Amino acid sequence: MTETGIPLSEAVKGSVLEIKGMSIQGVMRRRLLDLGFVPGNTVEVVRRSPLGDPTAFRISNTMIALRREESSLIYGEPIGGETE
Amino acid sequence: MKSYTVAFAGNPNTGKSTLFNLLTGMRQHTGNWAGKTVITAEGTFTHNGKEYRAVDLPGTYSLYSNSADEEAARDYIIFEKPDVTLVVLDATSLERNLNLALQVLEITGRAVICINLIDEARRLGIDIDLKAISKRLGVPVTAISARNRTGIQELLNQVERVADGTFAAEPLRIQYSEEIERGIAELLPLVEQAVGGDYPARWIALRLLDGDESLLASLRKASLGIRDSVPKEVSGHGATACH
Repeated sequence: MTETGIPLSEAVKGSVLEIKGMSIQGVMRRRLLDLGFVPGNTVEVVRRSPLGDPTAFRISNTMIALRREESSLIYGEPIGGETE
Repeated sequence: MKSYTVAFAGNPNTGKSTLFNLLTGMRQHTGNWAGKTVITAEGTFTHNGKEYRAVDLPGTYSLYSNSADEEAARDYIIFEKPDVTLVVLDATSLERNLNLALQVLEITGRAVICINLIDEARRLGIDIDLKAISKRLGVPVTAISARNRTGIQELLNQVERVADGTFAAEPLRIQYSEEIERGIAELLPLVEQAVGGDYPARWIALRLLDGDESLLASLRKASLGIRDSVPKEVSGHGATACH
């Protein structure tokens, strides 16, 4: 699968993205899909911890914190809500 | 009096335990399941003069053995074969919640889908077409608010229909890509030969294609009949003592 968009780890706080895909495999991929990180779903970058890792995302009405390890492998296209 | 077993499955924070407590009141205790240290509550309730044994499975997003909780929930549905699996969904995030519902339906058609927090969804302007979902899934779908105690009688009526066989379910069967379906077709006769008609062969074939080691371990234990013996400590990530 070809991935488009930017990694979630690069998205600015407050932005909303439409998920395009991810390049994680195996159990972790399954887990993220179960949590709602599926193509077409929207995710909001809610908060970053002081050192930038992990980051809290809102997806399907739930807050999920991901480390850069994972969020850098999930891709989305910004669809608005950006601050700066 | 015949007593039916109803297993409660659902994502965390869907109000599953609120519903469970509402139905069972004080008539419950906690127990250990299927050789796991994951704690599950059990209680009883009656409806239309019939007794039901309610089993509250750990809250999970999936049945794909990411954690001890998920394995416990999965093993219960497969090996204990409850008369009804009640899948409690959060009306405000159905996309993700239906993920679990679909997984349950791949294992058993003896299921009732209970969409909880319907009042919350209405407040958010979410309108849910229960009939359409029920038609697509092939099992009864009903909306409730466990907190406000609405829709409970209707839910219990649906549970009764599935429990006593009045409602013969024809659950949705997900059609996978050609490659996966070919794999299933190849594995199916072998799986049926190995596990007999007792377990959902198509689902097991699917899990094998996915390389699910923990399911194999559970099946092996079940076939040796040692599953319910000494409970043993489960280690590894995601292991929790309670939900």
